Amino acid sequence: MNIPSDLKYTRNHEWVRTEADGTITVGITDHAQELLGDLVFVELPDVGIEFSAEQEVAVVESVKAASDVYAPVTGSIVEINPTAVESPEVVNQDAYAAWLFKMKPAAAADLDALLDASAYQQIVDAA
Amino acid sequence: MVDFGGWEMPLHYGSQIEEHHAVRRGAGMFDVSHMCAVDVDGADSAAFLRRLLANNIDKLQVAGKALYSAMLNEAGGVIDDLIVYYLEENSYRVVVNASTAIKDLRWMAERLADWQLAATITPRREGADALAMIAVQGPEARQKVWQVLPGCRSACESLQPFFAARSGDFFIARTGYTGEDGYEITLPAEQASKLWTALAGAGVQPCGLGARDTLRLEAGMNLYGQDMDESISPLDAGLAWTVDLIAARDFVGKAALVARGQQQHFLGLVLKDRGVLRAHQKVVSSQGAGEITSGSFSPTMQQSIALARLPLAVAINDTVEVAIRDKLLAARVVKPCFVRNGNVLV
Repeated sequence: MNIPSDLKYTRNHEWVRTEADGTITVGITDHAQELLGDLVFVELPDVGIEFSAEQEVAVVESVKAASDVYAPVTGSIVEINPTAVESPEVVNQDAYAAWLFKMKPAAAADLDALLDASAYQQIVDAA
Repeated sequence: MVDFGGWEMPLHYGSQIEEHHAVRRGAGMFDVSHMCAVDVDGADSAAFLRRLLANNIDKLQVAGKALYSAMLNEAGGVIDDLIVYYLEENSYRVVVNASTAIKDLRWMAERLADWQLAATITPRREGADALAMIAVQGPEARQKVWQVLPGCRSACESLQPFFAARSGDFFIARTGYTGEDGYEITLPAEQASKLWTALAGAGVQPCGLGARDTLRLEAGMNLYGQDMDESISPLDAGLAWTVDLIAARDFVGKAALVARGQQQHFLGLVLKDRGVLRAHQKVVSSQGAGEITSGSFSPTMQQSIALARLPLAVAINDTVEVAIRDKLLAARVVKPCFVRNGNVLV
């Protein structure tokens, strides 16, 4: 199971990378893409929309199921990855390279509540 | 792995989409041993099946011929869909779905007793007589089977579609559930893993339930429990072609079908917008509402397709809308056969 130690995670199987400018980059984990199987559709929000933590932000669909992607923290969308929309299979190929959206967190302190790699590993192992 | 009618089955062996393409472009195989072969033998076997099934087994005049049929309850609902093979005089093999097998066997035994007919019903699932089934499908499927089973070639090379032949312990049918050419091979259960390994060695791609579902959906073939069940008439599930209401022959459910007639149109949908059609999504049209019964992403067409029950007034090439989450997305109505022998038909 590929769970990079330099990223943060959520219980909902999103990964989060904090950038130098304070924004966060978000995708779904390798475990999530493996559970879903071949992705065929990704729907991302418009830039500028604000979301609360754990609110549904995006949808990823595989041949077999649809799954929501949630906001890791409260904040606004600053950028989306058009490649993920055009070629959803990039998420299967490398879930940590194929990010979905970037957010500007409303409060940087909220990021402290995210899981580290070992805590996320425990969630995956318990599932 | 998932539970499928009490059987532990793989959704895929790696990539569902690659498995799907292997069947459209080369050869793939499915372990369909969960399907239950039921032998019906005896002096009254034909009379029994003639009354039991909605399709007419009198169409089976040549040994080895296969017939697709629904088995109905008195209300005209579908208990199961199945294939019946005519083996020889007074001898038939019925292949039913896994999840319905126990219910089917009980229904068949009850009808046989009610009608006081002389036939035996023998499920080939347990013990030394247990049968396994491997479906090998795709444009290269038959060649691969001949390569692995050279002794069977003379028996099965000249088979027409929907015919079967015996070759030693093997029963080889030119049938399938993918819209491609190929065979379904029924064989003693203890020989199944050896054949599977040999086919894999010949380059036949193992395929899971996921690819089986997208392939049959593209082929416009119904899935029991999803596109029809005991509450649905075969006339509303696109199976009118398998039901003979004109001949004098009576069968279980006929009176109900005649009285009720067709109420809905079973058609295909191709999503014009981006997204994925799924079972139970509502369809909105100017002629009324409908419902998707099966939907997915078509790997061959690279867009989403579905089977749906729609108002009778909806016609091919109409545009309807499908409610997906909080949006209404446009879909084109088509004949429910999207892909056949590798070619997109809609």
